[in-house]
Amino acid sequence: MNNNKSMGIYIHIPFCVKKCNYCDFLSFNSDEATMLSYINSLNNEIIANRQTEKTVATIFLGGGTPSILDPKHIYDILNTIYKYYHIEDNAEITIESNPGTLNISKLKDYKAFGINRLSIGLQSSIEAELKAIGRIHTCTQFLESYDAAIYAGFNNINIDIMSALPNQTIDSYKKTLETVIELNPTHISAYSLILEENTPLYDFINADNEHMLPDEDTEREMYYMTDRLLKQSGFHRYEISNYAKDGFECRHNLSYWEDADYLGMGLGASSYMDGARYKNTSCLEKYINHSSNPKDIIENVTPLSVKDKQEEFMILGLRKIKGVSISQFEKLFSKNIYSVYGDVIEKYISMDLLSINDDTLSLTSKGIDVSNTIFTDFLLED
Amino acid sequence: MSLDQNKIRNFCIIAHIDHGKSTLADRIIEKTGLLTSREMQAQVLDNMELERERGITIKAQTVRTVYKAKDGEEYIFNLIDTPGHVDFNYEVSRSLAACDGAILVVDAAQGIEAQTLANVYLALDHDLDVIPVINKIDLPSADPDRVVNEIEDVIGLEAHDAPRISAKTGLNIEDVLEAIVEKVPAPKGDKTAPLSALIFDSLYDSYKGVIVFCRIMDGTVKPGTAIKMMATDATANVVEVGYFGAGQFIPCEELSAGMVGYITASIKNVKDTSVGDTITELNRPCKNPLPGYKKVNSMVYCGLYPADGAKYPDLRDALEKLQLNDASLTYEPETSIALGFGFRCGFLGLLHLEIIQERLEREYNLDLVTTAPGVIYKVHKSDGTVFDLTNPSNLPDPSEIEYMEEPVVSAEIMVTTEFIGPIMELCQERRGVYLGMDYIEGQRALIKYELPLNEIIYDFFDALKSRSRGYASFDYELKGYEKSELVKLDILINKEEVDALSFIVHSATAYERGRKMCEKLKDEIPRHLFEIPIQAAIGSKIIARETVKAMRKDVLAKCYGGDITRKKKLLEKQKEGKKRMRQVGNVEIPQKAFMAVLKLDQE
Repeated sequence: MNNNKSMGIYIHIPFCVKKCNYCDFLSFNSDEATMLSYINSLNNEIIANRQTEKTVATIFLGGGTPSILDPKHIYDILNTIYKYYHIEDNAEITIESNPGTLNISKLKDYKAFGINRLSIGLQSSIEAELKAIGRIHTCTQFLESYDAAIYAGFNNINIDIMSALPNQTIDSYKKTLETVIELNPTHISAYSLILEENTPLYDFINADNEHMLPDEDTEREMYYMTDRLLKQSGFHRYEISNYAKDGFECRHNLSYWEDADYLGMGLGASSYMDGARYKNTSCLEKYINHSSNPKDIIENVTPLSVKDKQEEFMILGLRKIKGVSISQFEKLFSKNIYSVYGDVIEKYISMDLLSINDDTLSLTSKGIDVSNTIFTDFLLED
Repeated sequence: MSLDQNKIRNFCIIAHIDHGKSTLADRIIEKTGLLTSREMQAQVLDNMELERERGITIKAQTVRTVYKAKDGEEYIFNLIDTPGHVDFNYEVSRSLAACDGAILVVDAAQGIEAQTLANVYLALDHDLDVIPVINKIDLPSADPDRVVNEIEDVIGLEAHDAPRISAKTGLNIEDVLEAIVEKVPAPKGDKTAPLSALIFDSLYDSYKGVIVFCRIMDGTVKPGTAIKMMATDATANVVEVGYFGAGQFIPCEELSAGMVGYITASIKNVKDTSVGDTITELNRPCKNPLPGYKKVNSMVYCGLYPADGAKYPDLRDALEKLQLNDASLTYEPETSIALGFGFRCGFLGLLHLEIIQERLEREYNLDLVTTAPGVIYKVHKSDGTVFDLTNPSNLPDPSEIEYMEEPVVSAEIMVTTEFIGPIMELCQERRGVYLGMDYIEGQRALIKYELPLNEIIYDFFDALKSRSRGYASFDYELKGYEKSELVKLDILINKEEVDALSFIVHSATAYERGRKMCEKLKDEIPRHLFEIPIQAAIGSKIIARETVKAMRKDVLAKCYGGDITRKKKLLEKQKEGKKRMRQVGNVEIPQKAFMAVLKLDQE
C-alpha cells in the first residue's frame, strides 16, 4: 500500500463568500487583492516544494470554497502543479464547490483544466435547514449546479449531505437523501453535524436551543436510514462517512487512511511526507510573505515513531469499512498484531464491536457508531 | 534583654465572620509603626493564598509590635489572630489560652451574631478580659448605640465607653490601642521558676525543622536550654528563640515568663510537638502541665485517595506536613476496593475538609479523589464491645450490632424574627429537637436546637442562608452521643458494590437519600459501551435504581483535510479524561462522583 513513489497533493483555498454557522475550518471572506496575493504565494509554495522523485496520484482542491475563485486562478494553480510535478495518467483531480458559486462556463473550464472529479456541498435539500446552518445557496441552485456539471461533462460527482441539523426530522432528512439518490451521483459523503466550539451554531444551540437538535433516537434513525437507503440504491460504504458506486471511492480521501504520502499546500494545510506529519502556518500574513521558503511556514513537524505508526495503522485503517490487514501489520512492524493489541482486540470482539474475517479486522456496524471510544483504546502508553 | 512584664500585652481579636477582625489587626500593626504603609499588604495576617481568596482566617498567626502609649511608655503587643469559622473553635481556644485579654469586634450595623456569642463565652471560659469595640461606624446603616445596648444586655459586658471605630478607614484606632494598654492585664509569671510554656501552634520549616509557637507562663528559655515536651516525653536542645515580626521570625536572646514567641530545637519528628502540650526544662521540670487545653477531636471523616495510585507516598508526606501546621487534622491509612490505597482523614468540619483538600491539591500538586464525608458513629456490638466507626465500610454485619449512636450538637441560630418559621422548619427536616428560643432586642431571636451532626455537616449552612435571605448566623458545639436508627446505604454500580460510595444514614431518610444518590450518580457517570445499572441497597434489599443507558454514538466523522494530528489529539484528550476516572469492575467512574452524596439536596 505504501508506495513511496506515489503521493497526493492537497491545495487549501481558505476563502468563502460567507462562513457557514457550523464551520470551524480555516476559512474566511476576503477581498480580491488578498485572494490575488494568496494565489501568487500558493504558486510560489507549489514551485518551492517541487518533487522529482515521486509521482502524483491525486490532487484535491479543498477549502473554504475553491469554486469562489476566478477559473483563471484555478488554471494557474493546476498549471504550476502540472509543470513541477509528475502527474500520473489516471490521476484523480478533485475540486470542492458550493452551489451558488458555480455556472456552466466555470465547470467547463474546470473540465478543460483536467479536473475530473467534482464535489458539491449540498448539506440539505430543505430551505429552512440550509438557512439555519447559514448556507448561502438554495436547493434549486444546487440542482442547477448539478445539471450544469453533468452538462459540462463531469461523470464523477460527490454530494455532501448532513444529518442531525437543527429542526431536521426523519422525513425531511429522508427527502434530502431521496433528492440526492435520484440524481445518481457516483459518491456521497454523509456527515452528522458536529457542534464545534467557537462557531455561531454552537453558541446558538447552547443558548437554550438544545431542543432544536434532533434527539438521540431520531439522530440514530437518520444515521441508519442513510446506510439503508444508500445501500439499496447501489452505493457501498467504504469509510465511516463515505459512500460510493463501485470504483468511485475517493482515492485522495483513502490516501489519508492508508499511510500514503500527501503534500498539503496553502494556508494551514496538513502534510504527511516521508514518515513525518507537519502543518503549514494558519497565519495568512506569514503565509503570504514566506511561502516561497516552505521551511519557514511549516509547524509541528512530527516524525512518526514506530508506536505512532502502529496506532495510526489501526485508528486510520479501521475507519475504512474493509478494515485492516493482520498480515500487513506483521509485515510493516515485524510483530504479531496480537502481541501489541491482543487485549483490546479480544475485548471488542467479545463485545461485538470488532469482527475478524480471515486476515482482516474491521469495525462492526455497532462498532462504527462508537468508533472514537474504540480508537482511544488503540492509543499505546508511552 | 530583660523585659518588664508590665509592658507586655498578650491579646487576641474575636469577632463574627466579616465583622472586621483582620482589618483591625492590619490597622493595629500599621499604627504601632512596625510597618510603613508602603509595606502593608492588604491584610498582613492572612498570608496564606487560600485564606485571602476565601476572605477568612484559617490558621492562627501571631505578630509582635511595639506601641508608644500616651503615658510615654513603650508597650510590647503580642497580637494573636484567631480563625473565624465554627469549624475552627479549637484553634480559637488555643489562641485564647495564650492571651490575657481579648478584643471583641462587633459590627455596628449587624450587631451581635451567633459566633460573637460563642467566641465571647470561649474567651470568658479562659478568664480573659473582654474589651468590646464597635467597628464599621462609617457605614450608613451603622447604629452603634443599639449595638452597645445589645452587648450590655445580651453579653452583660460594660460597653458604653467601647471604642467606636472604622478599621477600614483607620478612624479612632488609637482608642483601641489605649484600651489594650489600660484594660488588658499584664502577664504574670515567675521568670526564675521552672519553665512552663504552652504550645499553641507550630509550623514546619525545611531548614529549621519544627518551629514551635508558645506562650511562656513561667521560667525562661534560651538557646542551649535542654527542654522536654511533657505529654510526648520528647527532649531537645533549644537552638533559637525569638518573636514574631510581621511575616518573619526575629531571633532574640531569651523568652521569659509572660512573653509570646517561638522556639526551634532541631525537632525533626513532627509528632513530638503536639499542640497543647507543655514545654518544660529537662533538668528542672515544672510540677504539672498547663491546664486549659482541650484535646482536638475530629468531627468529620472522609477518605482521601491520590487520583494516581503512584502518588500515595506523596500524599502521605503532604498530610504529615499539613498536620504539623494543623493539629486538628488526623489521618490513618486505609484501603478501598474502588480507590486503592489512601487515608481516612478527620477534620473539624466540612470547611476544614475543603481547605485541606484544596491545599493538598494546590500546594502539593496532588490530584485527589475524596469520598463522602461522615461523622463518627459509636457501634455497640452484641458482644458488649463498643467501637468508633469512621468508615462506613467497617460496619459489622447487622446481626452483630446491638445498637448505634450518633453525635448530636447543640446549635444556636440567630435570626431576625421574620425568618423564625422557615428556620424551624429546616431544623425539623434535619431531625432537630427544639430546645428553646430567646428574643434579643425585639427584632431578633436566638433559636436553640439539638441536631444530629450528620444532618448539618453537608449543606446545612447553605440551607440556612437561603432560607433567611442570608441573615441567619449559626454556631454549634458537640453535645454528645445519642442512640439512633442508622443504616448503611450501599451503592452498586453494574451490580458491584462500590465501597467508597457507602454511607450511613438515618433509616427514616434512607429511601429518599438512596433515590437521590442514584439520580445524582446517573448524571455523573458517563455513558459506556454497555448499559450500567446503579442501585442503592440496604443489606441485600435494593431500594432504588437508575440506569445509565449505553452509549449509542461516539464517532468523529470529519477528517479535517488530512489533519491526522488534530484527530489524534482529540482521541488522546478523550483517553486522558478516561484515565482520570476510577475503574470499578468495567465501569469508569469520574472522581467527582464520589462526592455526589454532598449534592443530594441541590437541584
